[in-house]
Amino acid sequence: MKGNEALAEAAIRAGADAYFGYPITPQSEIIEYLMAENPEELTGMVVLQAESEVAAINMVYGAAGCGKRAMTSSSSPGISLKQEGLSYIAGAELPCVLVNVVRAGPGLGTIQPSQSDYFQAVKGGGHGDYKLIVLAPATVQESVDYVKLAFDLAFKYRNPVMILSDGIIGQMMEKVELFEQQPRLTEEFEWATVGKKPNKDSVIVTSLQLQSEEQEKVNLRLQAKYREVEKNEVRYETHNCEDAEYLFTAFGSCARITRKAMEMAREKGIKVGLLRPQTLYPFPVDAFHQLAGQLKGILTVEMNAGQMVEDVKLAVNGQTKVEHFGRFGGMIPSPEEILNAMEQKIIGG
Amino acid sequence: MSENLITPENLVYKKTKSMTDRILHYCPGCGHGTAHRMLAEAIDELGIQGETVGVAPVGCSVLAYYYFDVDMQEAAHGRAPAVATGIKRVFPEKYVFTYQGDGDLAAIGTAETIHACNRGENILVVFINNGIYGMTGGQMAPTTLEGMKSSTSPRGRDVKSMGSPLKITELIAQLPGTYFVTRQSVHTPANVRKTKRALKKALEYQKLNKGTCFVEIVSNCPSGWKMTPVQSNKWMEENMFPFYPLGDIKVPEK
Amino acid sequence: MNEEIIIAGFGGQGVLSMGQILCYSGVMQDKEVSWMPSYGPEMRGGTANCTAIISDEPISSPVLNAFDTAIVLNQPSMDKFEDAVKPGGLLIYEENGMTRKPRRTDINICSIAAYDESVKMKNTKVFNMIVIGGFLKVKPILDLENVIKGLKKVLPDRYHHLIPLNEEAIKKGMDLIKEENKLN
Ligand SMILES: Cc1ncc(C[n+]2csc(CCOP(=O)(O)OP(=O)(O)O)c2C)c(N)n1
Ligand code: SF4
Ligand SMILES: [Mg+2]
Repeated sequence: MKGNEALAEAAIRAGADAYFGYPITPQSEIIEYLMAENPEELTGMVVLQAESEVAAINMVYGAAGCGKRAMTSSSSPGISLKQEGLSYIAGAELPCVLVNVVRAGPGLGTIQPSQSDYFQAVKGGGHGDYKLIVLAPATVQESVDYVKLAFDLAFKYRNPVMILSDGIIGQMMEKVELFEQQPRLTEEFEWATVGKKPNKDSVIVTSLQLQSEEQEKVNLRLQAKYREVEKNEVRYETHNCEDAEYLFTAFGSCARITRKAMEMAREKGIKVGLLRPQTLYPFPVDAFHQLAGQLKGILTVEMNAGQMVEDVKLAVNGQTKVEHFGRFGGMIPSPEEILNAMEQKIIGG
Repeated sequence: MSENLITPENLVYKKTKSMTDRILHYCPGCGHGTAHRMLAEAIDELGIQGETVGVAPVGCSVLAYYYFDVDMQEAAHGRAPAVATGIKRVFPEKYVFTYQGDGDLAAIGTAETIHACNRGENILVVFINNGIYGMTGGQMAPTTLEGMKSSTSPRGRDVKSMGSPLKITELIAQLPGTYFVTRQSVHTPANVRKTKRALKKALEYQKLNKGTCFVEIVSNCPSGWKMTPVQSNKWMEENMFPFYPLGDIKVPEK
Repeated sequence: MNEEIIIAGFGGQGVLSMGQILCYSGVMQDKEVSWMPSYGPEMRGGTANCTAIISDEPISSPVLNAFDTAIVLNQPSMDKFEDAVKPGGLLIYEENGMTRKPRRTDINICSIAAYDESVKMKNTKVFNMIVIGGFLKVKPILDLENVIKGLKKVLPDRYHHLIPLNEEAIKKGMDLIKEENKLN
């Protein structure tokens, strides 16, 4: 299946209650697939084309505030528009899933694949002190599996979860195994606006606090939640790290290209491994920290001008050399270029 | 022999000044190209090429700034009327226009459209209504007709869940801020001429500072509608015009 | 087995579906597969290409710069991808759309007159299946029976009555393909 379509199918199967979106390349297949499948008849899931991304994210806010599994997807320019709504969702502590099939920017940019929204995704993105949980699929299979995971995490922590994909994973076709149809939620959450219960206070979904003392409490609660997330939810994958003297690190589609570079390096007898973060927030800080001692250097490979490399440097904290190699603007690095960069910047440099 | 034919007396067709030499990227038979040309001719006939600033949308006409040989700005999707407001407010003497598709103007940019018109910004809004999102590959637009198929309304637009096609032009005409509101097309020579007249009038009115002029051009999208250009024009006459009737909707009081 | 293929030509030549058919056929033969198209407005009337990878092992990179096989169906595609064939690899080109012969001498080169044959078969839509047949003759990585199964997946149901014609086209392609340069 095509990455975007598989992801849309996974949304239906994950028992999502609602999807709101606005067309933008390279992710329009998600809403097109949902409209064609018509899940309203299969599971009762609502699919609606909003008049803009601003409207779509606010529709998600409304549905999420009712305790429903709500989801939206877009690509970079549209995700920028959603930032305001996301900040409100994070502030009101509502669960939702959002997919960014990243294209190159800034501005209208190009529709070609990119990873240049890393900072925006992992540092919050909109205003205020908040975090999204960020999952980075590298295969069509992971795009599918992460939809279910994303809903689970969103409800576990009452926090927005972003699936940070890109034009390669969205547009490519691969074999996938789809999970079984999950039931839609029947639970009524006490934080959700489902209609005032007799003898109970009405439920208010809000991100507004008039008193600074109260706002600080909210911020502290959010921070405590993020520490829990950091403790429990780190996910990453390693290849050939046991004897590695050098390390590649990359996420998403770029990690697959980098893996090819690693295989080429191993053929040349260079002892190099690969660490692929699957969660970008929480970032696998400890994994880097522990590996750093045995390494002569790390090359971070990204389809951007150097974003994740900052988190790698923080995690490594000076224990070993960290360099970045990237292609951007929609250009995709080749395995040969990546290996060459490792030889020049890390091994030779 | 052919060389002798190329003389000023024999000239029957000449590129208008306010269009560049770039080859249009539009699909064969698409109305965008003709609409561009009419606007450019109107600008040239008024001799205001140097005093005109245009705003391009996001949509198939995103590259309009390559084709109009006037100063232009590229707006984010839907925000052209806001950008034009900014331009007109700092350059009240300039002629300012936006050129927008239906998704741009009547979906993501509805708020910007309505409020610019409601403030009566002295700008020209050229609105290309092809009932579809051409650029992104044929998804439903706010103006997509009831029952009309698109990639996001594969069983036809169901007005119960997707809303009815939006007659934004009639809505705009209600606003006191608008001065001249009309609906035209560019699918026959006669209609092309009428469109040019409307565009020219609208630019002339801009001098009077009487409010927003709004020219809708009902157009085709052979690619998005999955038709040949000829079929698409026929389909437009049979289906679009009954719902979006051509003609003036609001004309200045004499 | 790990076969990395680029297929390139004009938009309407069925370039993307050729890649899909090969990949679905690979799935039918229990292989790992990956298909990655060029996408976006550059596809409108212009050139299209896709990368198809069929392998016994899980596939790392879905996008590549060097290929085992390039199948090029027009001149711009030959210009773009001739140099991307790995030394010792294979270039297949369709004779009709070309204004020059390939230049490389370090690769295997085959040509096929698939367009002419499809006209003879009175259905130019089977053009791409003739090319697939030619490819499978030179590199028999997939069984014909699995290719037919793959084809069934890609073709919408309403075209399934054309499967015998497509099968014939594949076989025609196997006969038609000509070796132009063979390395030992
Ligand atoms: C914020 C944002 N959301 C979505 C898009 C994707 N997009 C580009 S053009 C377009 C719709 C264009 O339709 P219309 O305005 O009717 O113009 P047409 O192409 O039909 O002329 C969309 C949704 C975008 N560029 N930016
Ligand atoms: S997609 Fe439609 S609106 Fe866009 S250029 Fe083609 S015909 Fe014109
Ligand atoms: Mg349109």
